[in-house]
Amino acid sequence: MKIYLRKWTKWMLCLSVLMLVAGTVLPATAADAPKPDPSGTATGGIGDIIGASAGAPTDNDIKTMSDKEPLAAKVADTVGHNRIAINTVWTLVCGFLVMFMQAGFAMAETGFTRAKNAGHTMAMNFMVYALGMLGFWLCGYALQMGGAGPFATLGGGATMNSEFTITLFGKEFGLFGTKGFFLSGEAYDVAAFSMFLFQMVFMDTTATIPTGSMAERWTFKSFMVYGILVGAVIYPLYANWVWGGGWLAKLGSNFHLGHGHVDFAGSSVVHMTGGVLAFMGAKMLGPRLGKFSKDGTPNAMPGHHIPMAVVGCFILAFGWFGFNAGSTLSGTDLRIGVVAVNTMLASAGGAFASTLYMWLLYGKPDISMAANGLLAGLVAITAPCAFVTAPVAVLIGTIAGVILCVSVFFVERTLKVDDPVGAISVHGVNGAWGVLSLGLFADGTYGDGWNGVPGTVKGLLYGDASQFLAQCIGTLTNIVYVAVIGYVVFKLLDLTLGLRVDPEHEFEGLDQHEVAVVAYPDFNLRNFPR
Amino acid sequence: MKKIEAIIKPFKLEEVKNALGEIGVTGMTVLEVKGFGRQKGHSEVYRGAEYVVDFIPKVKIEAAVPAELVPAVVERILTAARTGKIGDGKIFVLDLEEVVRIRTGERGKEAL
Repeated sequence: MKIYLRKWTKWMLCLSVLMLVAGTVLPATAADAPKPDPSGTATGGIGDIIGASAGAPTDNDIKTMSDKEPLAAKVADTVGHNRIAINTVWTLVCGFLVMFMQAGFAMAETGFTRAKNAGHTMAMNFMVYALGMLGFWLCGYALQMGGAGPFATLGGGATMNSEFTITLFGKEFGLFGTKGFFLSGEAYDVAAFSMFLFQMVFMDTTATIPTGSMAERWTFKSFMVYGILVGAVIYPLYANWVWGGGWLAKLGSNFHLGHGHVDFAGSSVVHMTGGVLAFMGAKMLGPRLGKFSKDGTPNAMPGHHIPMAVVGCFILAFGWFGFNAGSTLSGTDLRIGVVAVNTMLASAGGAFASTLYMWLLYGKPDISMAANGLLAGLVAITAPCAFVTAPVAVLIGTIAGVILCVSVFFVERTLKVDDPVGAISVHGVNGAWGVLSLGLFADGTYGDGWNGVPGTVKGLLYGDASQFLAQCIGTLTNIVYVAVIGYVVFKLLDLTLGLRVDPEHEFEGLDQHEVAVVAYPDFNLRNFPR
Repeated sequence: MKKIEAIIKPFKLEEVKNALGEIGVTGMTVLEVKGFGRQKGHSEVYRGAEYVVDFIPKVKIEAAVPAELVPAVVERILTAARTGKIGDGKIFVLDLEEVVRIRTGERGKEAL
């Protein structure tokens, strides 16, 4: 066993060294290609004030007036630089908030699981940050955003300009980007780096969702490999199709389906991907020992620290302001006020509805389901937050809270899949509801030119049925793609490293066997030498 | 000498302790225990699934007292620990063969 583990560690070390070497010897750029801006002094200028507000100078104004008023042109250049600076600061600070959601996930998942596995659950939530990030740096970012540049609101990233496409029905289908591997060479650019940080923390949110549904029985070694793969490949491909200029984003310009698949902050890209992965993983792992009686009735396995879980949910709700409002990638796009308020309104609707549901059907308000309901509301509003009115935000959240409860019981009682924290229902099911609700309720006040389609984003109820169709295609694509790649990845891991821990270890607790440090050692009597 | 073992509801400990102190019980040992009687545990609900907690947390008081004090001790515990609802607990009275104070080596009633 020990020799086997040593061999394993050696492979991981080799991989790390390989990453470092490859990162430093990337091919140089062609002479006429756009240049990266590593210092940031050339990023943001006079061109970035064109059309910035209703009364901003036009392209023509600048061309005709710059010669007559050279100082004004120079000042305008500084104004443009500041505009990009505000956007960059906003994007980074919001990214920092989203990074803190890792702490929220760690606390929510650990609180909802049992004391004997607390160290293991924490360890997975902790390490997925590092593992996912390394995978994303290695190739995930390039696959996702390598063809999405230039990043207009960040004033740069023009070197991220190559998308691998195939041609079907006479139209180009973007599949993945090809620039920005190891975040080196042409990607050594301030805008590309800021974008990396923001996209990385989003990916890590997806990465940490399955650790909840698969908690208390997952081997740490297979989890480690999963952690890198989710950041390197699983997440970035679908993200490219929606946010990286890939084929789902182009459903509008290519096939006149609304604005293509629109997902403002990631109901599908982030949460549904995580939720479907969570389902595939939990299904393949099987239920925790004792979760279901022989006749199939589920048994309660209460989480060991509900206050910790509730605080975790609050941290998530706080981080969500970064998640949604930050997804403008722009602090000068004042729609952020609407986005942030819609986000909080939906969370209130979700918490209220799930509490009421449990109270009416099971006799008492259940704080664990209320906390899940709050998150369900947040997941659902993540896609439509920029496109809907306040009453609709409350409605979307309220419906999410009910869907959450129904789904938790459906997954447990009908599908017999054991999801200790409710991740499948919170993220998967409500992620789907989120993108579909956008297709129904987008009110046409925002999103002019979204995905290169002129006009604002309108849902089915506001006159654009094709937008709803695009949302349906995006949802189905997510389910099919993630289910297939999830099945392949988890199956391969199961066949090679083994997905499930030894039953004896599961009974005694994973803290004792899978990780070195036990979360609560004081439960055992122990004498110290004096 | 008799040994009193009383199993009571945890939140009644303070009242029982004070009541016994008033009639001259000079010491007691308290244990946090779990158990069930005719009540047979109680059920709780977690995420819509009911489960039974078989062993309910209780406090067990142990006190060694002179035989003549036993009726008063029992009476005091009865008054202080009773809520009238199921789960109030029980009092056991046992014969006590010997008591030794470790510090001085005193034995019997002297050691109480």
